[in-house]
Order: sequence, then C-alpha cells, then structure tokens
Amino acid sequence: MKGAAALLAGLLFGIGLAISGMTSPDKVIGFLDVTGAWDPSLAFVMGAGLLVAAPLFWLAQRRGAGLSGDALGEPAEQRIDARLIGGSALFGLGWGISGLCPGPALIDLFIQPVQAGAFCAAMVAGLLISRRD
Amino acid sequence: MAFDPSSLIAPIVGGALIGLSAGVLRLGNGQIAGISGILRIGLRGPDRSWRPAFLLGVVLAGLLAAWRGGPDLAAGLERASLPVLVVAGLLVGVGTGLGNGCTSGHGICGLARLSKRSLAAVLTFMAVAALTVLVRRAGGWL
Repeated sequence: MKGAAALLAGLLFGIGLAISGMTSPDKVIGFLDVTGAWDPSLAFVMGAGLLVAAPLFWLAQRRGAGLSGDALGEPAEQRIDARLIGGSALFGLGWGISGLCPGPALIDLFIQPVQAGAFCAAMVAGLLISRRD
Repeated sequence: MAFDPSSLIAPIVGGALIGLSAGVLRLGNGQIAGISGILRIGLRGPDRSWRPAFLLGVVLAGLLAAWRGGPDLAAGLERASLPVLVVAGLLVGVGTGLGNGCTSGHGICGLARLSKRSLAAVLTFMAVAALTVLVRRAGGWL
C-alpha cells in the first residue's frame, strides 16, 4: 500500500512537472529574468501546488499521522543556519545558470538524454558528496 | 504584447498535480515529496524504503512525457553546453544536499506545512537564481 501510494505520487509529480513548463530551461529562465521579458506564468505552478497541497498537509497534521499509520516525517534540521542559506544559494546559482532544478532534470532525461544526463550525473554526485548521512 | 490567460492553464494544471502528489504522499504515508532528498536517500540507502517506488513513478512519467510531449518540453536544453550543465548540476546537487531541499521539498512541501526554514530557503534560492539570470543578461550570456 505504501509502495503503491509512493508510485502514484511519483507518477503524478512527474506528469505535473511535464505539464507545468518547469522542464523547459527557456521557460524557467524567462521566469527568473525579472528585469527582461519576464514571464510570470511559472509562479502559478507554485501557487496552484500550494493551494492543493496545503489543505492535505493540514489534514495530515491534524491526524498526526499518515493514513498508512506512519508518523509524519519531520526534517532533522530545524534551525535557519548558514548551511541552509548557503546551500540554497548554491542551488539558486545552479538553477539560474541552467534553468534546471532536480525534478525537471529527471523528466528531461527522457527528452534530451545527453544534456540532462550530464546535468543529472553531476547533480547526483553533488548530492552524494554534500553530506554523510 | 497582450496577456493571454490561456497560457496559465498548463502551469496551473501542472502545479495542481504536483501539489496533489505532495498531498498524497503526506496524507497517505506521512512523507515529504522532496525530489533532492528522495534521490539522495533512494540512491544511496540504507533506509531506501518507499523512495525507489516514487522514483519509478517519476521514470514512468518521463517515458510518458517523451512519448506524448516531445522535445518542446525541454525547450532550451538542446542549446546548453555540456561543461556548463555539469557545473550547474554539481551546484544544484551540493546546494540542495546542504540546504536539505529544492523547489519541491522546500517550495511545495515546506511552504505547505508553514515551515519558516523552508520560507528562508525558497526566498534565498529564488533571489540568487534571479540575480544569476540578471548577471547573465548584463554580461550577454543569456
């Protein structure tokens, strides 16, 4: 059951990304290019995502557990520290250079395998060397 | 240039599906749909648990996207140089590892659970990404 829910979530996630426009570096750079020909449409991806996710998260919080009975996973880190801000800044730099963030890069593996493959291989290497746990 | 509201349909439908996915995983399994974390723990283990199933779902979506969507979905990626992509990929990997989340984990899940930490992360990566594009524009590298 848990595996089925995770599979469904991954499928919905990937289809949503492909529909949203986030898999196109041109679209993403257009969204980030606030002083140029700014294309704000991708802001609606996060807006719509939050509108749907927030009530479901609220329900989960109120239940105190998932429907599977599992406790709600909480991140180990709770502080706003240099690691969070520095890491997020490095991510923003890479996102602004390439127009790719992790989820869309995985979808693009099936569309532009060479370019997305180079990005994803480096991204996975970076993820694995970034922390020991 | 006139604003065309129909251009918002795809971002809204796509975003709603992403939000639904995050909600299904949270309400169903109590888990956070953060791609960078799922990828890191799902590939390295040992506590892989449900993560390979989620990644299999993403792979199926990728195959579906390639079959029904085509190259336009990744428009712009065909012009990117491989060395630049490798550098950007490393930055994204190290950055989301250190910051413990990306656009999905902090941007959707973190904000949906009203985490101040995630808000700080989202404001940081949005601002730095926009600044990076500004510098690229000023330098003529856009």
